[in-house]
Amino acid sequence: MTIKDKILFPFKNQAVDTPSDPRYLFNYRWIWKLAVLLLSGVALVPLIFITIVDYQVTQHAIESEFELRTTQVVSNTRRAISFFLSERKSALSYIVHDHTFKQLNDPERLSIILDNLKKSFGGGFVDIGVIDDAGRQRGYIGPYDLEGRDYSQQEWYKQVMEHGVYISDVFLGYRQVPHMIIAVKGDEKDGTFYILRTAIGIAPFENLLSDLEMGGKGDAFLINGKGILQTPSRNYGKVLDPILLAVPQYSPKTEILEGHSPNGRDLLVGYRFIDETPFILMIVKDKYELMKPWFKTRLNLIAFLAVSSTIILSVILAMATYMVRRMRLADEKRVMTLHEVEYANKMASIGRLAASVAHEINNPLAVINEKAGLIKDLFIYQKRYTEDPKLVGLVESILRCVKRAGIITKRLLNFARNLEATIEPINLKEVLGEVLSFLDKEAEHRSVTIMQDISDDIPLFESDRGKIQQIFLNIINNAFAAVNDGGHLDIRARLEGKTIFSITFEDDGCGIPKDDLHHVFEPFFSTKTKQGGTGLGLSITYNLVHELGGQITVSSEVGKGTRFTILLPLKMKSKEETDACSISG
Amino acid sequence: MRVLLVDDEVEFVSTLAERLAIRGIEATYATTSAEALSCLESGDFDVAVLDVKMPKVGGLTLKKELEARRPGMKFIFLTGYGSEHDFKAISEHVGTDYYLVKPVDIDALIAKMEKIIKPERE
Repeated sequence: MTIKDKILFPFKNQAVDTPSDPRYLFNYRWIWKLAVLLLSGVALVPLIFITIVDYQVTQHAIESEFELRTTQVVSNTRRAISFFLSERKSALSYIVHDHTFKQLNDPERLSIILDNLKKSFGGGFVDIGVIDDAGRQRGYIGPYDLEGRDYSQQEWYKQVMEHGVYISDVFLGYRQVPHMIIAVKGDEKDGTFYILRTAIGIAPFENLLSDLEMGGKGDAFLINGKGILQTPSRNYGKVLDPILLAVPQYSPKTEILEGHSPNGRDLLVGYRFIDETPFILMIVKDKYELMKPWFKTRLNLIAFLAVSSTIILSVILAMATYMVRRMRLADEKRVMTLHEVEYANKMASIGRLAASVAHEINNPLAVINEKAGLIKDLFIYQKRYTEDPKLVGLVESILRCVKRAGIITKRLLNFARNLEATIEPINLKEVLGEVLSFLDKEAEHRSVTIMQDISDDIPLFESDRGKIQQIFLNIINNAFAAVNDGGHLDIRARLEGKTIFSITFEDDGCGIPKDDLHHVFEPFFSTKTKQGGTGLGLSITYNLVHELGGQITVSSEVGKGTRFTILLPLKMKSKEETDACSISG
Repeated sequence: MRVLLVDDEVEFVSTLAERLAIRGIEATYATTSAEALSCLESGDFDVAVLDVKMPKVGGLTLKKELEARRPGMKFIFLTGYGSEHDFKAISEHVGTDYYLVKPVDIDALIAKMEKIIKPERE
């Protein structure tokens, strides 16, 4: 039996056109399907449900964790940038309050102030300039030639005029180098004003943003409200390029949103508007890269679900198949037993009827025998009608018929007597002759030739005469059903070693198809169901042979014939021995 | 050889007796067990041929009574009914050789009777 047979119900062996078949009291296919469906449902649905819930909860937890981390990084970075700018703005404000326009117009003084700023605040300060109330730069210390430049038309100049302090976004300006400016307005006592302006390079921001530790191919940069990059980005353009992502809507706090890159990848975007500046800090992470460790875990989870589902399903299939198969075997055995009992009862009834008929006939037959015998005696012994050959012939004819009828009634009595189970020494030729005598007339009418070749060296064997008769009768009946009129049945018997003999019944009938050959001894298997066959004859024969400690095999070829071979022991084991054997075997 | 035939079928037993007589065998017949026992008063018999099934007293019981009265008497049983029970019971008493099923050939019956009273000849 293959693994497939063990886990799948063998539907193909079910007959299809025998609705009266007792097996159809139960629909085993339906029971099997129901068992598999229910057990699979009960076992797999909770497993799949829990796995899906666990999947979603875990994924959500991981996503939340990444969002939280991004929020923290955005907030901390915003604080650092904000502090950087506010520190410089405060420094300029202090200088404006501490100096007059005239003092700041002194180049030497202005140079000292720039040096002190660079020393005190580290990087960032590129140059410093003082602009009068007409917008012209009166004093300038720095690497560019910007003294005397007119800024009155510049946007930042107007903003300083209006708000008193101004932090610009990044621009190229006259120097054609990306920078930003911080400008503070200073008021003079005479009502005039001036502006102290310093340029800040973007290098400190670049350093700050590039130092951030971020997973998932993270990218941190600043943009302005128009979506122009204020610092270079790894993935979304150079400084002063328009960013390829959507500009987020204003929010006073750190926000996280999900977006898509121009090439369609899912992104996790954290941003924060930096107060009192035109800057928006953005940290963008590739969601796929972030979730990579989770995908590996997810694969394990799916593999676990697949493996456990397969194991559960296999066990359920195997168990359902085993149970339903056992159930079917038990039912078949039960129905088979019922049929055997029915069969035995029928045989016993036939036996009683035969015995009764024989008895009722035997007595008048005995009287006829004696009366006819007396007539013959009178003719012969008293010589009254010795000369009349016709009368003597008539009497002899009566006596011959009586003898013939007597043989039939004795045969019936013998058959009835043998139905009762007894182990006795049996002459094979004799018992075979008795069985064949019942079929003599049919063989004669149908011109079926029966050839017997019984080896003389087979001794008397111990067995149950009634069972032997039934076995032979069933097999010969089958052969008679298979052969056409004028067919042949060869019966051969010979010794097979010291303790066993074989008897073969070979006919030249229609034969049994190869597919059916394995099933001929199964109960209810019949190709003659429509002609009234019960499918039990060979099954009962098989059981009887085994009860007698023998074996039966069959070989057949369609169109050529069938051969049944029975091996029987010469000496039967006692019931205790047989039971012990069957238990141990 | 004197033979006692006992069978409830009078037509059978009377004709059998007559046929034996024709063959020179002195045969007395009875149709009941009581009649059979009374036959003993007229003399001894070498062998009794008994029907197994008879009304009131059957062949086996009759055999015991006859044996009690005439210990050397031999018995042959005849029956029209070959049940396993009868077969076993009678086989124990006389062996299967002397248990015959009707109808029986008279020459075979005579041969059995001769054999049972003179077994040493074999």
